[in-house]
Amino acid sequence: MADNQPDYNWPAPEKRSLIGKRVSRVDGPDKVSGRAKYTYDVHRPGMLYGKVVRSPYAHAKVVNVDTSAAEKIPGVKGVHVVQGPGSEIHWAGDDIVVVAAVDEPTAADGARAVKVEYEPLPHWVNDFDQPQNVGEDAGPLSLNDVVGMLTNQMPDQQIISKIQEHGISFKVDNALVTRMHDNKVGEAVISALQAAPVKEAVKSTSHYKKEAEQLRGEPDAAFQQAEVVSEGIYGCPVITHCCLESHGSIAEWTDDDHVFVHISTQNVSGLATEYAGGLKIPATNVHVHQDHIGGGFGSKFGADRWGIYTAQVSKKAGGKPVRVMLERDAELTLAGCRPSIWAKVKIGAKKDGTLLAWQSESWGTGGPGGGGAPPMPYVVNIPNQRKQHVAVLTNIGPARAWRAPNHPQGCLVTMSAIEDLAAKLGMDPLDLMLKNLDLTKPPTDTYHRADTYRDELMIAANMIGWKKNWRPRGQNGSGPVKRGLGLSIHTWGGRGHNSNCALTIQPDGSVNMKMGTQDLGVGTRTAILIVAADSLGLPLNALTLDIGDNQYPSSGGSGGSTTIGGVSSAARRAAVDALAQLFEKVAPTLNAQPGELEAVSGTIRVKSAPSRKLSWKQACSKLGAQPIQVTGKNPGPGDLISSGVGGAMMADVSVDTETGVVKMNKMVCVQDCGLVINLKTAESQCYGAMIMGIATTLYEEKVMDPTTGRMLNPNMDFYRLAGIGDVGDLAVHMMTGKGYDERGPIGLGEPPTVSPAAAISNAVANAIGVRVPFLPITPDRVVAALNPQGGRNATV
Amino acid sequence: MDDSPEILEKSKKDKKRKSKQSSSNAGWSRRDFLKISGVSAAVPLAGSLVASASALAVETAHEADAAVQGPGKAPVTLTVNGKNRSAQLEPRVTLLDALRDQFELTGAKRVCDRGTCGACTVLMDGKAVYSCSILAIDAQGKAISTVEGLSEGGKLHPIQQAFIDNDAQQCGFCTPGFVMATKAFLNQHPHPTLEQIKHGMGGNFCRCGTYAGMRAAVMQAAKATKGA
Repeated sequence: MADNQPDYNWPAPEKRSLIGKRVSRVDGPDKVSGRAKYTYDVHRPGMLYGKVVRSPYAHAKVVNVDTSAAEKIPGVKGVHVVQGPGSEIHWAGDDIVVVAAVDEPTAADGARAVKVEYEPLPHWVNDFDQPQNVGEDAGPLSLNDVVGMLTNQMPDQQIISKIQEHGISFKVDNALVTRMHDNKVGEAVISALQAAPVKEAVKSTSHYKKEAEQLRGEPDAAFQQAEVVSEGIYGCPVITHCCLESHGSIAEWTDDDHVFVHISTQNVSGLATEYAGGLKIPATNVHVHQDHIGGGFGSKFGADRWGIYTAQVSKKAGGKPVRVMLERDAELTLAGCRPSIWAKVKIGAKKDGTLLAWQSESWGTGGPGGGGAPPMPYVVNIPNQRKQHVAVLTNIGPARAWRAPNHPQGCLVTMSAIEDLAAKLGMDPLDLMLKNLDLTKPPTDTYHRADTYRDELMIAANMIGWKKNWRPRGQNGSGPVKRGLGLSIHTWGGRGHNSNCALTIQPDGSVNMKMGTQDLGVGTRTAILIVAADSLGLPLNALTLDIGDNQYPSSGGSGGSTTIGGVSSAARRAAVDALAQLFEKVAPTLNAQPGELEAVSGTIRVKSAPSRKLSWKQACSKLGAQPIQVTGKNPGPGDLISSGVGGAMMADVSVDTETGVVKMNKMVCVQDCGLVINLKTAESQCYGAMIMGIATTLYEEKVMDPTTGRMLNPNMDFYRLAGIGDVGDLAVHMMTGKGYDERGPIGLGEPPTVSPAAAISNAVANAIGVRVPFLPITPDRVVAALNPQGGRNATV
Repeated sequence: MDDSPEILEKSKKDKKRKSKQSSSNAGWSRRDFLKISGVSAAVPLAGSLVASASALAVETAHEADAAVQGPGKAPVTLTVNGKNRSAQLEPRVTLLDALRDQFELTGAKRVCDRGTCGACTVLMDGKAVYSCSILAIDAQGKAISTVEGLSEGGKLHPIQQAFIDNDAQQCGFCTPGFVMATKAFLNQHPHPTLEQIKHGMGGNFCRCGTYAGMRAAVMQAAKATKGA
């Protein structure tokens, strides 16, 4: 290795002192002691409190807004009309007016004093009934449509002919082309998009948008050949993110055209442009800050309408800081939901379990925009397929990314259908899955995941005692409480977002890093410090790290499991570059070439003669007055990260067939994420994903009232999360070592969230002998499934 | 459930003490309903129903001698972590909002704001309560302990250390509530079984899903504190 070409590769296992170990999160002491400041906790001098007047109608026109009474209330300092007369409201709870006052009670009084006149319009919140006689959508393709086709791995030629036939409704700019390149979209598809005519989207009054039928192979012939065909219906309702820290911000004007914002966000570096557009000031005048965030899960990427109007009402209040944090009901009603999926599925196989054919008609809603088609069949790429998806446009509030967008829905439908087929074949579903694992090779991916899945399934089976505890359906005991086991496998991409890491080594030996990233509670701070400390041969507490401010070098939004790849590779490059500069400075003292030095255990030493060494402090003192300052970037030199992971989950449940209550006995997760940076927080991610999945499967549903168009359970009594006693025993096994480590770190935010619902639903079906078709698997649905004559939930 | 009569008794005593202190602070009726149902929300549902029903009875009994508070601001003094803190507050301000917005004690979080999720848990006279469901003026004369008061001289309490060691937190927004709930739980159950933890810690919710670490943390804390 030449002196001027540092080795960026991840250190070999024997050289890692922190990477891959169990390290307690560095912000743990602040969080357990209440010192950690979240946006909701920030009190700015002279801060005002905002309350929002919200639409009681799910669909309406604003006719008149009268704020005069509110403005007269002593203590009210600013009133801003967000959506004035003429505005069309598309969901209940949408923002109409914001009132800022000296304290919260006064702001609430102010909001109550605002008079708004509406013209109610017909609303639609029903996504459950299957759309009938819907014509295929003939309008131009939206970006969502195209992303949907790509996600579903539709052959390029089919995508291209769709683009040519329909045209597109969006602009293909350079940023989009770069994104497509990054995501390995075929060149022919990109060219077709660039050449496609851009047409205006057709405004339709239909509640449905039918996507083109997708064909692969010859499904009709394959179903003819199939010796066993299983048919079923499966689904999952809309759920909400329910972040414990609601969305919101504190905005203040430091002068006429500079705004300072504390905001609860997954995207510290990416918000300035949005504020600049909304407030008509240069993006460089927008200062964004956040120390800690109380949950995001995909719902906190934007400044949001309420972020912008918080700054606008601050301006009206003379620039004073104004805090608007969403109330709990608003948080659950409009700050994010995950699209529903409902699907009728037919699946065919040979007697020996070889999967031959898949057919699905699916529909679902993600609010006014519809919602994309989940990838189906999920992971197991059955050779012959016919698929049709209808997006249902509703007034339930807008969808937002929810950990692993579309994957849990596709996974639930696919894995349920495969489990039902296994039962019909009289096969152990583990054997059926193992037999078909070759179908898990994605057509565009060189990394063959089948081997990973096989290893993971065997480990998971051991952990849960599959061989000993699994029984065919109908053989799970004679008493009223039946035990069952279920499984599922899942995948996700990863790679790393663009990221910059500024690293400074001072002559006194102190080291500081700055990055415009954020820690969602997944341990990002700790991971960055682990990488840099390990690279510099220092203990964790020898470095300081500042994140959460857009005045630091920019980093990407935390989404799509791209954060660990982005920040760890940028931190690694920064540390390696800084160390190379330090080696240059101290090499003469050690009478060696820079390339002969290494940094180990707080010393700089000669590799071949470790006794020739300087302590870190001594070495840094050779810098003179000037610190070393470098910026590490991702992407950058060296092949540090990759994409595509596999995971397997198994669930063990007991179901009381008399009461319908499902009890979690145990759940196991076996997960690959490339190189593990911090085993402790990686495992926590997997535990958390299982627990969230248990809540989704057994409790969560955004219940809409068809009459009023409002959400019926916008609170935490009736939008139920899992408690500590609800989750059973949990176990996690991370795949590490050869075959995994050399791929570099891959994000874990999405992958383990995909399988839980499928694994639990399959375990319930195995226990009671019939499928409970829809989540959440509540006692009434279990009882209805067991008594198909008795309940509306048993059939569609 | 066992708590209810005791709480009720205590409320009556507090009421007497308060009337002696100052007549302007003798706010009662609806506020005590809130207070009592808030306290008992930490125990099973049946308990809270009993407590609520009793609270209604108490309300009727005391309606006659209840002094009117508000709608303007009234002086309020709270004893938090052993220190007296005063502010002018409207009677409708909850203990949670007073702690957070007046006294900068932001460890307790506002999440559900209606006594379900436990993120606002603090101790009142040693018992875990949902501070979002207690009015600040009714918390006067009580010993309020918040998460900020748990670590003495900057040294973490064994419960806090156990949460760190077992990674019983992710985003951390529910953590202060859970830490205080653990404190109250271990006061009552110094040597808990796993089953007791599953029931006794059921008054708080975590969205990130940290219960695996939390069970281990409560066990470790129980050993470390030995009931102290």
